Amino acid sequence: MADLHDISSDFPILARSVNGAPLTYLDNAATTQKPRSVIDAIRHYYEHYNANVHRAAHALADEATAAMENARAKIQDLIGAAESREIIFTRGTTEGINLVAASLTERFKPGDEILVTEMEHHSNIVPWQLLCQRSGARLVAGAVTPAGEIDLDDFHAKLGARTKLVAVSHVSNALGTVNPIETLIQAAHDQGAMTLIDGAQAVQHFDLDMRRLDCDFYAFSAHKMFGPTGIGALYGKANLLEELPPYQGGGEMIEHVAIEGTTYNQLPYKFEAGTPNIAGAVGFGAAIDYLRGLPRQALREREHELVRLALSRLKQIPGVRIIGEPGERASIISFLIDGGHAHDFGTLLDQQGVAVRTGHHCAMPLMERLGVPGTIRASFALYNSPADVDRLAAGVEKAIEFV
Amino acid sequence: MELDEIRDAFAFFDAWEDKYKFVIDLGKDLPDLNEADKKPGNLVRGCQSQVWLVTELRGGLMHLAIDSDAHIVRGLIAIILAAFQDRPPAAIRTFDIDGLFAELDLLRHLSPVRGNGLRAMVRRIRQEAELAA
Ligand SMILES: Cc1ncc(COP(=O)(O)O)c(C=O)c1O
Repeated sequence: MADLHDISSDFPILARSVNGAPLTYLDNAATTQKPRSVIDAIRHYYEHYNANVHRAAHALADEATAAMENARAKIQDLIGAAESREIIFTRGTTEGINLVAASLTERFKPGDEILVTEMEHHSNIVPWQLLCQRSGARLVAGAVTPAGEIDLDDFHAKLGARTKLVAVSHVSNALGTVNPIETLIQAAHDQGAMTLIDGAQAVQHFDLDMRRLDCDFYAFSAHKMFGPTGIGALYGKANLLEELPPYQGGGEMIEHVAIEGTTYNQLPYKFEAGTPNIAGAVGFGAAIDYLRGLPRQALREREHELVRLALSRLKQIPGVRIIGEPGERASIISFLIDGGHAHDFGTLLDQQGVAVRTGHHCAMPLMERLGVPGTIRASFALYNSPADVDRLAAGVEKAIEFV
Repeated sequence: MELDEIRDAFAFFDAWEDKYKFVIDLGKDLPDLNEADKKPGNLVRGCQSQVWLVTELRGGLMHLAIDSDAHIVRGLIAIILAAFQDRPPAAIRTFDIDGLFAELDLLRHLSPVRGNGLRAMVRRIRQEAELAA
C-alpha cells in the first residue's frame, strides 16, 4: 500500500511557491493538479506515437488508436458502464450536456418540461434554456433549502407527467452537497422522464456504477479528476444513443458520405466528429491508472477527515459564516466572513499563498436563492494535508485583521 | 489623497501586509456613492466584485464618483481617482495608468482576468474622456 503521506510529491506543481509562500492549493473543485504520470503520458504520446486515429494503416496510427480506445475502456471500467461504445469523448462536462441537449431537440415539444434544481452549475442550466428556445419546452427548477440541499418535496411536486428530462448535479460545486441521485433517478423514471447527471464534482470522490445507478446520461471532465483539460466523457445508454441524431457533423462520425445523403458511423464515433483530443484521452487514461493505483478508500477517509477539520477550524473563527450545511458533503466548503467582501478575502489569502475561489461559482441562481452575492470556496483533494488546513485557517485569521 | 503621497507611501512598504492595509484604508476613506446612483446603468459588472461609476463634466474637467462592494477594489479606485479626478479629459486619455499600477506593483489587479471590474471601469472612463475631448 502506498504511503498516504507521499501523495503530494506525485504532483510537481505542489512544490512551487506563490507570493513568497508555499502554495496551498484549495481550488480543486475548479480543477485538480496533475500527477507526474499524467504529464509524462502526454509527453510520451507526443514524443513516440503521435498520429491521427482510426484512419491510417501505419504503426503510429495503430498505436495512437489503441491508446485512445484503451482510455475509453478505462473510463468504461471506472464508471461501470455496460459497453465501451456508451462512452463518448467530449471536451468536458459542458460539452457533454450540450451534446445531449442538441441531440434531444426533436424529442421536445411545447408543453414538455425539463426539471433541474436551483443549485445547478450554469452548464447544467443554459444548454437546457437553449433547448427550450428551440423546442418550446419549459425549464423548471426544483428549490434548494436554506441548508443547501435539494428540497425533495418541491422536487417531487414539480416532477410530473410533463417532465421529459431531469438534469441534476451529483455534487454541488458551490456548496459540496451530495445529492440523493439514486432517489431522483428512480422518481424520474417512474414518471417516464429521462435523466442526466452532471458528475463533474463526483467522479474524483465516488466509485460509480452506471448499471446500478441507471441514469440515462452522466457527464464529467477529466481535469477535475487529475487528468488534463480539454477532455471529458459522456456516458449514455446505448439504446438511447443509437436513437439520437449526431451532435456535430464531419470526419470520423460518418460511415458513407454522398452529396445526396450520409450514413453515420456506429457508436461511439457517431458523436465524435473531427480529430479528437488524442493526447487528452491518453492523459485521461493515465489519470485513471493513477487513481486506481492508490489506496482510494483510505485516501477518501483521510480527505473526509480533512474537510471535517477544516469545517471545525473555520467555525471557530469569529465572523466566519459557513454557507450550506448539507447532511452529506463532498470536499467543498463555502463560507463568508463578516466585514469584508469575498473578493477581499480571496485577494488576502492569495497574498499568503492560499488559492481559493471567490464569487458565484457559476451558480448564480443558487446564490440568489441563498441570498448571498457569492462565497469564498475552499475545495480539497487527496493531496491536501492538515498543514493546508492550518494555513487556510491562519490565512483567514490574518485577513480578518485587515478589514 | 494626492498621487505623490500615495507614491511616497508605497516607496516605504516592504511587507505586503503594509501595502494591503494601506490600500484597504484608502478604500475605507473613499466616499460612498449615493444609493440612488447604484443603478444598473452605472454598474460595471465584474465576475467577483462590482463597480459603479458616474462621470460628469464640470467646467471642462472630468468629475468621477466611483464605488465598489469590495474594500480592496475601493482602495484601488482611490488610487485611480488620485490620477483622474477633476482632470481635463485630454490628460485622462493620455495618463499611463498601467505604468502607475506597475510602479506600485499592483498591476495584476488591473488585469482583465482578475474579474474585479476595474479594467472595464478604466476603459469606460477613457471612453467618456474621448467623447468629452
Ligand atoms: C457541477 C459542475 N458542472 C459542470 C461544470 C463544468 O465543467 P467543465 O468546465 O469542465 O465543462 C463544473 C465545473 O466547473 C461543475 O463543477
